[in-house]
Amino acid sequence: MDPIKPEALVEMRNLTFGYGERVVLDDISITVPRGKVTALMGASGGGKTTLLRLIGGQNRAQSGAVLFDGQDIGRLDQTSLYAARRRMGMLFQFGALFADLNVFENVAFPLREHTDLSDALIRDIVLMKLNAVGLRGARDLMPSDLSGGMARRIALARAIALDPELVMYDEPFSGLDPISLGTAAQLIRQLNDSMGLTSIFVSHELEQTFAISDHVIILANGKVASQGTPAQVRVSTDPLVFQYVNGLSDGPVRFHYPGSSVAQDFGAAAPRAAVASEAVTP
Amino acid sequence: MSWYRPADVGHAVRGQLADIGYGARFFLRLMSLSGASLRRFGLVRDQIHFLGNYSLAIIAVSGLFVGFVFGLQGYYTLQRFGSSEALGLLVTLSLVRELGPVVTALLFAGRAGTSLTAEIGLMKAGEQISVMEMMAVDPVARILAPRFWAGVIVMPLLASVFSAMGIIGGWVVGVLMIGVDAGAFWSQIQGGVDVWRDVGNGTIKSLVFGFTVTFIALLQGFEAQPTPEGVSKATTRTVVIASLSVLGLDFILTAMMFSI
Repeated sequence: MDPIKPEALVEMRNLTFGYGERVVLDDISITVPRGKVTALMGASGGGKTTLLRLIGGQNRAQSGAVLFDGQDIGRLDQTSLYAARRRMGMLFQFGALFADLNVFENVAFPLREHTDLSDALIRDIVLMKLNAVGLRGARDLMPSDLSGGMARRIALARAIALDPELVMYDEPFSGLDPISLGTAAQLIRQLNDSMGLTSIFVSHELEQTFAISDHVIILANGKVASQGTPAQVRVSTDPLVFQYVNGLSDGPVRFHYPGSSVAQDFGAAAPRAAVASEAVTP
Repeated sequence: MSWYRPADVGHAVRGQLADIGYGARFFLRLMSLSGASLRRFGLVRDQIHFLGNYSLAIIAVSGLFVGFVFGLQGYYTLQRFGSSEALGLLVTLSLVRELGPVVTALLFAGRAGTSLTAEIGLMKAGEQISVMEMMAVDPVARILAPRFWAGVIVMPLLASVFSAMGIIGGWVVGVLMIGVDAGAFWSQIQGGVDVWRDVGNGTIKSLVFGFTVTFIALLQGFEAQPTPEGVSKATTRTVVIASLSVLGLDFILTAMMFSI
């Protein structure tokens, strides 16, 4: 590796992004260290997937910068953006396999689109990638024949087909049984180390996530609540991080959706009482 | 919405203009990316097979039955003037100039247009379009352009199948069942149909319809909300907009061809 490259492969500087009026990410700055596994955690709807889409250039920041290997993704034209995307692989939440192509052709797709390799060479590469995710034997199945965990592993083989530098995983663990979950977690770690990747994954699962990641970022309310090694995050005194890491139902994130108070809804002045008394008297 | 409030009218007009502008930009993007997809003709060929082959049965059967009915109705009218031997010419001109292109386009919108819209809408819902963009593959070039050109190429072929089946239908009813003279039936067709004015104009019509119907189907699919409800709405819109466009364009094209 070139020694003068910045240590962070992805860096966000004072980034703000929202959909319409709603601000999703508010002036956040994070770094994703090169060669490491970074976990992105936080409450649902907290902008984790949006963050991955910003790195991939599918959304553009309203202010601030998203640097991928020193390039500001938000300022690239389509040609340079596509060149940058060829250095990234992204695994979508449900795999997003092409339904009309079988497993082999799904993994071969990026190779056929971007390279002039011979069929024999493509076959070898595809089988190697499938072997890395343990599904070499599934090459002739159609996506409709696969379980959720298998579909995601095939999608992972497709995402690494062009040997990217960065792999992004959008909720790779959601909806998986414990065996598939453990397999997926080990795969993320192993591929990262054996292929010299940098990995970012979005997760809600605590145990495996802390076990395999080198760096953890917790987002809350559009801000970075905590950032550091799993050990540092685990002992964080921030009440929000404490609630999240310990899985408590009430804390800074309330159990009850905001509305009128208990007294207003159930007390003597509640509208229900008036309606009920009218119903009783004829 | 109340139509008399200027703000609402303005909002609706602006919405329409934005849609038209989006459609026009989408069209330019499709055209500018078509060169690459035509160079990879295998992609277009697969879609020709898909769109053409699967529409063939409905087109052929419809053509045959339209021909049957034309044989009966045409004979009824022509025998009043004692010119029932012109039945072949009547059937052929009606089909080649008018009904072949139009009915084929309407059936194509219902059979292939809806399947294009639903396919692309569902690809969008399954994030297959997003994943392609993330792979640095332009979905307009890879998915839409081959389908578009396949639709344009397939429509004239289907329209000629429709017309040919219709003429056979007219022959079955007119010659075999009613007893119009077979020699008169065919020689009237041979003498009365002009390759350029009749067949050529019909082919131009079906090319224009192929262009229109396929473009509308692709735009609706690409614009669909990625939800079951959104895809179902988009499919309905494809049939409605494509059918109305075909009928409207048919009048304009016929009027232009008459004046030439």
